[in-house]
Amino acid sequence: MGSLNIENVKKAFGPVEVLKGINLEVNDGEFVVFVGPSGCGKSTLLRVIAGLEDSTSGRVVIDGADVSATPPAKRGIAMVFQTYALYPHLTVKNNMGLGLKQAGTPAPEIDRRIGIASSMLSLEPYLERRPAELSGGQRQRVAIGRAVVREPKLFLFDEPLSNLDAALRVNTRLEIAQLHRRLKATMIYVTHDQVEAMTLAHKIVVLNAGKIEQIGGPMELYNSPANEFVAGFIGSPKMNFVDGARLGETAKTIGVRPEHLTVDPKSGAWKGTVVHAEHLGADTNLYLDCEKAGLITVRIFGVYDAEPGATLYATPDPAKTYRFGADGKTIK
Amino acid sequence: MSTATRSVSRTIGAHAILLTYTVIALFPVILVIMNSFKSRAGIFGAPLTPPTPKTFDLIGYTTVIGQGDFIHYFQNSLVVTVASLFFVLLFGAMAAFALSEYRFRGNSLMGLYLALGIMIPIRLGTVAILQLMVASGLVNTLTALILVYTAQGLPLAVFILSEFMKQVSDDLKNAGRIDGLSEYTIFFRLVLPLVRPSMATVAVFTMIPIWNDLWFPLILAPSEETKTVTLGAQLFLGQFVTNWNAVLAALSLAIMPVLILYVIFSRQLIRGITSGAVK
Repeated sequence: MGSLNIENVKKAFGPVEVLKGINLEVNDGEFVVFVGPSGCGKSTLLRVIAGLEDSTSGRVVIDGADVSATPPAKRGIAMVFQTYALYPHLTVKNNMGLGLKQAGTPAPEIDRRIGIASSMLSLEPYLERRPAELSGGQRQRVAIGRAVVREPKLFLFDEPLSNLDAALRVNTRLEIAQLHRRLKATMIYVTHDQVEAMTLAHKIVVLNAGKIEQIGGPMELYNSPANEFVAGFIGSPKMNFVDGARLGETAKTIGVRPEHLTVDPKSGAWKGTVVHAEHLGADTNLYLDCEKAGLITVRIFGVYDAEPGATLYATPDPAKTYRFGADGKTIK
Repeated sequence: MSTATRSVSRTIGAHAILLTYTVIALFPVILVIMNSFKSRAGIFGAPLTPPTPKTFDLIGYTTVIGQGDFIHYFQNSLVVTVASLFFVLLFGAMAAFALSEYRFRGNSLMGLYLALGIMIPIRLGTVAILQLMVASGLVNTLTALILVYTAQGLPLAVFILSEFMKQVSDDLKNAGRIDGLSEYTIFFRLVLPLVRPSMATVAVFTMIPIWNDLWFPLILAPSEETKTVTLGAQLFLGQFVTNWNAVLAALSLAIMPVLILYVIFSRQLIRGITSGAVK
């Protein structure tokens, strides 16, 4: 229960093609994250899965049944929105129960499910309150609870953490991960934050300009990106890209992650000047203006003292250097 | 006492300007109400003084009430205003919701078409409207007035409300769709409560011209049965003799309902005008 197949889904708003033929298979119980820059079509794809948007062509199949013509409420899905989207005039309890009530579920069953969901999300003390009387984190938990009580085949999350502050975001991320482990349900999660993607997903789908760039596990994407876009998008700070011609390489672009560079004050491959240093405690980010490679970022674990203006030599780890061809694809 | 955020001279200046405006705005209203309580000699002798024991007279009010059907005129005005207001708000909000929520061919053209009425006064079509009402046998009925006023109020209502409806969160409407609410439930239960302040704004802007209108009652429904207050007050205005006591008393009475409705809506009204300025 809870598999999803997307077959050649296209979506156009007038002349603008937002989704250019998406094919995707999600197995039962998987946690899949759609990630990509703003405007890449990830939210549109989620809305097509939810049935809030009709696709221009292609099929959406949930649990073996084509739902392309099924209204959202009958698709067996539940969705959590970025802006919580709680009903302002209903109490927490009624917010959670409304969907079931609409579907004609008997009252004792609704109460039972609300009981389970609210204890899971520690919402019991707030059941009689209205959304206006709750904090942001509590509201998002109610929104998650509203999804849980429906016992859906598919959970859809649309950037659920974007409106929360940094500390709460980490907590709620953890709660979502635990929820997935407990419910063993299929979840699809949209975010533009690659940290959320890396920490939550079994499978990450990287989207760009309406197309899937790569599908894979977090480490797979990190270690063997299919192309320049994925390499640049996954990992923080971003991978350094150097023009191959400047280094005398045959590849169009050479990529090396900031953490795969070492620095030495005396000798190394690329001579450069420190432009800026960010001291984060656990690690230090150095921005070097190199003669050969241009402006690059180096991530050093631990504390490293470097004043702006100092000269340093950076050396890439040859085993962890990526080569990209003129078409942007990784050269194996 | 001057503080960092306030200076005495500026406060006095601001209040002086506001008070002057208040006096100018209220002057005619006060004059009407004041003189309605005076005798004829009092009105012409010293129009600007408040009623004194010597000039105090309720003759205006007794004439108006004694003239028989004034209560009935009031009723007509009220029925016409409330019914038109109801239809303007209902249809205006529904049209606004459709325009702001659904993508369909000709959406923006339809919006422009509906807004056209703001620019073209409905009175230009008076002759055609009259012919239409004669043909459909609606002359001298309140229905005629309600239909015309609904048409008159709709353009502005659609225009203002569709702007406000666009601000209602898409996520909320989508959450409703996923929970299986019908589009009507989403409209009435989720969207309408959130745009209530703007509904109040539209209500006030729609209501006042309808209540005060003389043109259409005079043309479409001048019969005794269907006279509105403004038309009824004309009874006392003659070509050669005007019963000023009665006219002023009638006008004073006509102000009341508008004033009451305005007070009810004003809190919402201010929120409607300022919302969007600050989130």
